[in-house]
Parts: sequence; structure tokens; C-alpha cells
Amino acid sequence: MELLTPGTGLIIWQSLIFLLLVLLLSRYAWKPILNSLKERETSIQNALDTAEKARLEMAKLQSDNEKLLKETREERDKILKEAREASNRLKDEAQIDARKSADKIIEDARAAIQIEKQAALKEVRTQVALFSLEVAEKLMKKNLSTDKAQKEQVEQYIKDLKLN
Amino acid sequence: MSVFSTIISRITCILALVLVTVGPAFSKAEEASSVSEPFQPSEVILHHVLDDHIWHFWDGHFGTLYLPVIVHSAERGLEVFSSKNFYDEHHNLVSFNGYTLDHGHITLNGQPVFDISITKNVAMLFINTALLIGLFLAAAKSAARNTGKAPKGVQAFLEPIVVFVRDEIVKPNIGHHYEKYLPYLLTLFFFILFGNLLGLLPGAGNLTGNIAVTMTLAVFTFIITNVSGNKDYWKHIFWTPGVPLPLRIVILPVEIVGVFTKPFSLMIRLFVAITAGHIVLLSLISLAFIFQSVTVGLVSSLIVLFINLIELLVAGIQAYVFTLFTSLYIGMAIAEHEHH
Repeated sequence: MELLTPGTGLIIWQSLIFLLLVLLLSRYAWKPILNSLKERETSIQNALDTAEKARLEMAKLQSDNEKLLKETREERDKILKEAREASNRLKDEAQIDARKSADKIIEDARAAIQIEKQAALKEVRTQVALFSLEVAEKLMKKNLSTDKAQKEQVEQYIKDLKLN
Repeated sequence: MSVFSTIISRITCILALVLVTVGPAFSKAEEASSVSEPFQPSEVILHHVLDDHIWHFWDGHFGTLYLPVIVHSAERGLEVFSSKNFYDEHHNLVSFNGYTLDHGHITLNGQPVFDISITKNVAMLFINTALLIGLFLAAAKSAARNTGKAPKGVQAFLEPIVVFVRDEIVKPNIGHHYEKYLPYLLTLFFFILFGNLLGLLPGAGNLTGNIAVTMTLAVFTFIITNVSGNKDYWKHIFWTPGVPLPLRIVILPVEIVGVFTKPFSLMIRLFVAITAGHIVLLSLISLAFIFQSVTVGLVSSLIVLFINLIELLVAGIQAYVFTLFTSLYIGMAIAEHEHH
């Protein structure tokens, strides 16, 4: 049957043309098309990889930031604590100093008062001696006629003295 | 984009044409029935399916394209002349210069000659090739221009198919060394696909449904498979490992036959699928002329429309299957076997 018998001419043409077609398309069509496909695939893959890398870097950066923030917070707390301690210490020291100096002032004052007192007592003693001398002198000077008069006189002086 | 849309609109136009006019082969049949000759559907169908030295579109003036005849004989050497010389003005066959054309065979004074004429199918082959070259060179040019950018135009249309062939057919079946075979397999796929689709056009030759064409393609696959076959491949054929000795002797002829049945099945499958599709379409259309009824014509036209859509599917499937099996055979031939 004619349908099933391959024609020689067609076989020759088909072999020749198909072979040429394979060679031609391989060189001028498949090569650029496949290359561009591959290039595009690589570039897409690269872009995806870069995006993934950027994402990871971002996450790392964020965690770094958080770590840094935490550290900073800790540092701040530490500084604050130290400052508070220092201020407390200073306050205490100041209080102690103040008390010390106050004590010293009081002590000095007490000593001065003592000295003044001593001086005053000495003065008083001297005055009293002087008065006594004066009284004695006046008594001596007055002619004491009677005992009564002398007594009155003495009382009078004592009265005067009391008034003073 | 404009190239793509033009192609699509052209294809749609031509498809509409095939569905509306039932194919130029039948203008002849119509005329035959009008002059009250009995309608011979098998003759008409075979006339469409077979190769021919002329390309007949319709009856009357300019309806026939007379293709060049190229013959070689020991007696006369190489001779080229138009096939018009074989026909008189009433379209009857006549002898020319000692050459006689009978049922597609040319003889010189009764002796067969070596016939390498540009027949209808050779012309179809040229058209198919030109189409492939035109489309893919345009796509390649666009690919080179758009490197690193999104595909455009013809490139955007063809690239997904190239990717499909590469990733779904070739890569899984051949494995690591697929790149070496990719150009052949891509050419094979698109040659068959476009051949199948062109063959569905009205008046077109039945290129991929011709056994010479499928045989040539199968032989290419056979050569590539066996040339690239490695040690393991031949060892499995001649001395199948892991099988008891008496069985090996039985397996040996089976394996050797298998080497040839693989491409043979490729040849037969494509030829039968495409030719059968054409025969079914033409038979359905012939019903209208057998019954000479408009109603039958309408019903069969509807069925033809449906079958035509199936044929479009078959065109893709057969291109896929041929490429798939070729990849599979190559993959089997170059596979590195784990020894049992």
C-alpha cells in the first residue's frame, strides 16, 4: 500500500532539511534563546539570594541593635546606681563634717565662755576686794562714835552695796 | 507582540476557513458528484493524505500548483522539469519525454527512476522549515536584544514552550548531560508541532503523517541513541546483569529487537496519529457527499469542528510524545547504572 511505503525522495529531502534545520537552529536560535533563559534564571536566583541575604542581615542588625540597646540600658542603670551611691556618700560625709565642725564650734564656744567666766570671776573678785577695801577705808575714815552709829554705818554701806 | 497577534489572527482565519469551507479537496468531489459519477470517498481521502507531484487546491484555473520534478536515471542523468508536463488541458495524465507518472511513481520507459522531486510534502517541508527558521531566529534576535530583561513579542510566545520542553521533557528524562541533546530535541519538538498544525490547514500536505518523514525522524533518534549509548547500555543489551545464564540467552534477542522497536514505535505512532486524524476528519466530511444531504452535512460539520479541536490537541500531544520518548531512550542509553 502506497500509504505505508516511504518515498525515497521525501526521505532524502527530509534528512537533508532536518539536519540543516538542527544545525542552523542550534547555532542561531537555541544557543541565544537558551543562554538568555539561563542568564535570566541566574539573575532571578541571584536577586532572590541577595534579598534573602539582605533579610538575614537586617535581622542580624536588628538583633544587634536590640543587644546594643540592652547594653546601653544596663550601662545607664549602672551609672545611675553609682551616681546615687556617690551622692549618698557625699551627703553622709557632709553631714558628718557638719556635725564635726558644729561640735568643734560648740567646744570652742564653751572654752571661750569658760575663759570669759574665769576672767569675769577674777574681775568680780578684784572688784569685791576693791569694794571691801573702799568700805574698810570709809569705815576707817569715819569717826565711829558709837557702836550704834558704826552698826548703822555698816548697815548703810551694806545696803548701798546691795543696791549696787 | 504585533508578530504574534498577526500569526494568531492568521491561524484563526485559516481555521475558520477550514471549518466553513470543508477543504479544497472536496470541490473536486462536489464536481464529481454533480456530473453523477459515484463519489469515491476512499480515493478522495487517500488523495489528501498521500504525497503528490502537484499541489491541488481547487479545480479550474490556477487551482493547481505544478511542482518541479527532479529525476535521476542512469540513462538520462539528472533532469528537472515541471510536473505540468504530465497533465493535459483536461487534467488527464500523459507521458512526457518518455517519463510516465503513475500513482505517484515516475518511470522512464518502464524503468523506475530515482525521484527527488519537490513533491507536495517536500514543499510543506520547506514551508515548515521556513516558518521555524523565521520564528526562532526572530525569537533569538529578541532574546539577544532583551538579555536580562523580560521577554517580548515572538520570544515571549515561544520561550515558555522552550522552557516546557527543557524542564518537563528533556531534563527529567536525560539527566545531567541534557544540554548536549537539547538542540536536537527542541528542533524535533517544534518541527513536529508546527508540521502537525500546518497539516491541519485546508489544502496543506500531510507532512508529519507521512511515513517517510516519521521514519527519518525515528532514524535520527535511533542514531543519536545508539551513538551516545555507554558501556552499561550495551552491556544490558548483550549480557543483562543480574539475570540467570539461561535467561540471558533468551533476553539477548529480545533486547536486540528492542533496540529497533523503539524507533519503529516512534515512526508508527506519529504517522498513525496524524494520518488517522486526517482520515477521520475527511471521512466525516465525506458523509455529506455520500448521503447528499444538507442535514447530514450540518451534523457532520459540527462533529468535524469538535474533531478539529481534538486534532489541535493531538498535534501538541504527538510532538510531546515523540520528544518525550526520544529523551527517554537517550536517557536510558547514557544512564550510569548502579550495579545490581
